[in-house]
Amino acid sequence: MYAFDVTRPKTVAEAVAALSGDEAQALGGGQTLIPTLKQRLAAPATLVSLSAIDEMKGVCADGGTLTIGGGTTHATVAAEASAYPALAALAANIGDPAVRSRGTIGGSLANNDPSACYPSAALASGATIVTNNREIAADDYFQGLFTTALNEGEIITAVKFPVPEKANYQKFVQPASRFSLVGVFVAKYADGVRVAVTGASENGVFRWKEAEAALSANFSADAVEGLTASADGLINDLHGDAEYRAHLIKVMTKRAVAAAK
Amino acid sequence: MPKDHGIGASPKRREDVRFLTGKGQYTDDINLHGQTYVHFLRSDVAHGIIKSIDTSAAENMPGVVRIFTGADFEGVGGLPCGWQITDRHGQPMQEPGHPVLARGKVRHVGDPIAAIIAETKEQARDAAEAIELDIEELPAVVDMVSALAPDAPKVHDELTSNLCYDWGFVEENKAAVDEAFEKAAHVTTLELINNRLVANPMEPRVAVGDYNQANDESTLYTTSQNPHVIRLLMGAFVLGIPEHKLRVVAPDVGGGFGTKIFHYAEEAFVTFASRQIRRPVKWTSTRSEAFMSDAHGRDHKTKIELALDADNNFMAIRTDTYANMGAYLSTFAPSVPTWLHGTLMAGNYKTPLIYVNVKAVFTNTVPVDAYRGAGRPEATFQLERLVDKAARELGVDPIALRRQNFITQFPYATPVAVEYDTGDYIATMDRMEEIMDLSGFEARRKASEAKGKWRGLGVNCYIEACGIAPSNLVGQLGARAGLYDAATVRVNATGSISVMVGAHSHGQGHETTFPQVIAEMIGIDESQVDIVHGDSSKIPFGMGTYGSRSLAVCGSAMVRAAEKVIRKAKKIAAHLLEASEADIELKDGKFSVAGTDKECAWGDVTLAAYVPHNYPLEDIEPGLEETAFYDPANFTYPSGAYACEVEVDPETGKVTIEKFAAADDFGNVVNPMIVEGQVHGGIAQGIGQALLEAAVYDENGQLQSASYMDYAMPRADDVPFYIVDHSCCTPCTHNPLGVKGCGEAGAIGSPPAVVNAVIDALASGGKNVPHIDMPLTPHRVWKAINQ
Repeated sequence: MYAFDVTRPKTVAEAVAALSGDEAQALGGGQTLIPTLKQRLAAPATLVSLSAIDEMKGVCADGGTLTIGGGTTHATVAAEASAYPALAALAANIGDPAVRSRGTIGGSLANNDPSACYPSAALASGATIVTNNREIAADDYFQGLFTTALNEGEIITAVKFPVPEKANYQKFVQPASRFSLVGVFVAKYADGVRVAVTGASENGVFRWKEAEAALSANFSADAVEGLTASADGLINDLHGDAEYRAHLIKVMTKRAVAAAK
Repeated sequence: MPKDHGIGASPKRREDVRFLTGKGQYTDDINLHGQTYVHFLRSDVAHGIIKSIDTSAAENMPGVVRIFTGADFEGVGGLPCGWQITDRHGQPMQEPGHPVLARGKVRHVGDPIAAIIAETKEQARDAAEAIELDIEELPAVVDMVSALAPDAPKVHDELTSNLCYDWGFVEENKAAVDEAFEKAAHVTTLELINNRLVANPMEPRVAVGDYNQANDESTLYTTSQNPHVIRLLMGAFVLGIPEHKLRVVAPDVGGGFGTKIFHYAEEAFVTFASRQIRRPVKWTSTRSEAFMSDAHGRDHKTKIELALDADNNFMAIRTDTYANMGAYLSTFAPSVPTWLHGTLMAGNYKTPLIYVNVKAVFTNTVPVDAYRGAGRPEATFQLERLVDKAARELGVDPIALRRQNFITQFPYATPVAVEYDTGDYIATMDRMEEIMDLSGFEARRKASEAKGKWRGLGVNCYIEACGIAPSNLVGQLGARAGLYDAATVRVNATGSISVMVGAHSHGQGHETTFPQVIAEMIGIDESQVDIVHGDSSKIPFGMGTYGSRSLAVCGSAMVRAAEKVIRKAKKIAAHLLEASEADIELKDGKFSVAGTDKECAWGDVTLAAYVPHNYPLEDIEPGLEETAFYDPANFTYPSGAYACEVEVDPETGKVTIEKFAAADDFGNVVNPMIVEGQVHGGIAQGIGQALLEAAVYDENGQLQSASYMDYAMPRADDVPFYIVDHSCCTPCTHNPLGVKGCGEAGAIGSPPAVVNAVIDALASGGKNVPHIDMPLTPHRVWKAINQ
């Protein structure tokens, strides 16, 4: 690591002020940032740790909406998001216990790793990303590989998930990292079905619109049977080529539909 | 009833108390007064000419003590290779130099170019970034076959080509083997790759060099499996330090798996540099550095053929293998694809004619050397895959085909130079069938089918040559060292015992098992016995731990030394009991005179040895301490039969291991629990190779799987509950304990069982796929299904 200063503000307002400094970088659970720093791939002057901000923590279900503070760890979501079981199950399968005890939902969404789990849940749920100064619809938030609508110094304070009638997340893991090689989140709402795919695209999380249309008409695995996910723009790497990922998108979608509850 | 002490009992591993409570003392726990830290600037290109290195800015950075480059090693030796292979034409292998720091050229990503010593690790790293390096990148050779093309870039300009050696074994048999293939009723051919692996011990490598100006003595603390070997290689060949001025200490070591056998540049560097700067120098590898500087394992490309007669008897085996040496010859690299591989090609079968050809090739990759099993897994994998393929082609039961061709008479002289002293392959196969509940397989296959999964059964046998090795034999084969071992049994005045052993324990549990043997021999409690290992200043000598040799070779030395102690103790007892030495018996820690009730305790005799008031001083010296060196008469030949059942998800290609059984014959067993643990660990690594692990280079020589994000290590949920059994026992005939060694069996025996099982599963799903190369990732299996 290069040397840096650390501050640990207690409120969002203090954090925002701290992040306005030169070369300041927000630190959530550090599950991506700390390894990056260790490899000297980033050199912030100041790390602004968000871990002491109580107003950014916690899970709250209210009138069909589940609101999760941006600083809430995966372990807490797994334990407390019972109002949205598919989301709690997703959180329970991120990384290992150490990762789940440190990593946060806000950190994951701000980083927008193309193989992370949470982006698929946020996009499939049509969640709202709440920051220190605005609310961003998930459809507008994810803008490609490690790219989001967040401005410099903007902090995710909470994420609001409309609770679906039924949902499920199927994660086919990359054998080494156990990130998703392909992860598919299916959420069924009264006004239609949303299907979000992570791990597969060179452009990050995306919606599989053909499947959404088919499933909105007929919410069953059979409805997906006749579809083919396109391999265009999908990732080719050591662990699977684009064609394999395209195939897995369909298999995981079918399984998510079959398992949805 | 199982024994509760001595040989055959399973006391818990006494070393685990300190390991599990954080009290272990690993090399990284050693911090010396005035210590400095070194950071190695490593090549980020696979092949290039070093045009210039400018360290001037870096030298003025805060905390920098000194910066070394290859030029500072003028007159210093390179890293030696411990084994010379003679090729098919009687010529010695091509043996390029291996500098401590690169000179002139860099030859793999990770090749160390400069070493920056500073007051802190971070300062050293900061300074490394200030070094101005001009490297002219050259085309790299990565693939072994294309590396031998006439116009291929040369890894070493001074060599005639990238061919290290072209080895034929047994060259005189070649014509007869070819003739047998012409007469064969059936020939089965298989081309396969034995995937390149990174050993990844939990503890990365660490080295601390400490020069003491007062007595001109250097100490190297290092993560080694064989500190005496490092002392010999580094002292004699690299730095020119005589043994009495060089101490090598390998304290607690967190796993080795072969990759900590070898003498590495970083060890020589810290020892050298500490003498130069007169301060201790410490290096701790990061995991990223380990991927590009620890010797890798395996990486063979093979074509193997089996000739069978009309009755399905094996007539001949012929193999063509390319073996990757990497950019330099690591310490024992040349021996792995040759003498540790070709000699095993008979396997468990009475194939009369065998010819093995191996071309060892230099490439712009990390050096490749021994990794758990070393050559023997490569031999076993190709042979056992081949036999399985033959059975499938012939439409016969793969177990029946194996049984038909088993060696059943011992000793058995193979056509590949080694003679198996003992074994019972039918017994281990029978035992495997029983513990695996093979008769229930069809029902389990149907149950899987009902869930939409394809179930497959894979079976294989293995034989290994362990207890390495008879010195006169390996000397003839090109080893530049003897492979005996040594032990000193030091009995203290009150009867407790310290045993100084040349074997090194880095997970094997020697601190528990070796005392069990001594306790059994003397009849005292194990708590009275400790072993001392890992420090060249405390131990007479030792060739270290690898090749499943510790108990078979060093344990035998310990037994010989203990026998000498007992002989002397009996003389003392005879004096104390006023009896004839011939009448003295030792049992349960007591000396008695045969046929009388006269006796004295072990402690009475040991005390007399050190307080010799009433003592036969005219006949024997006081004290009770003996040393023995033991050179084995032959290798040992553990063997076994393994079985694996897998389920394949046909939609995704995902393989899960549902059941795994190992029936091993290790000869006599000292601690069954530890043996089971060794087998468990070996199978986990074998499953890792079969399903998960692969070190993959791109065509530019960049390691693509250079971290745990892309290199898949087996995790607990990747492996099943194993059924392991070692009740089949044909004791080794030529060592005093009748032991064979168990450390590598699991890693040798398991990969073919897993792959055979997946091939069988695919067949049960109607997909007749002849072979899939390891690792059998979901992607590869899916592609095979959808070809």
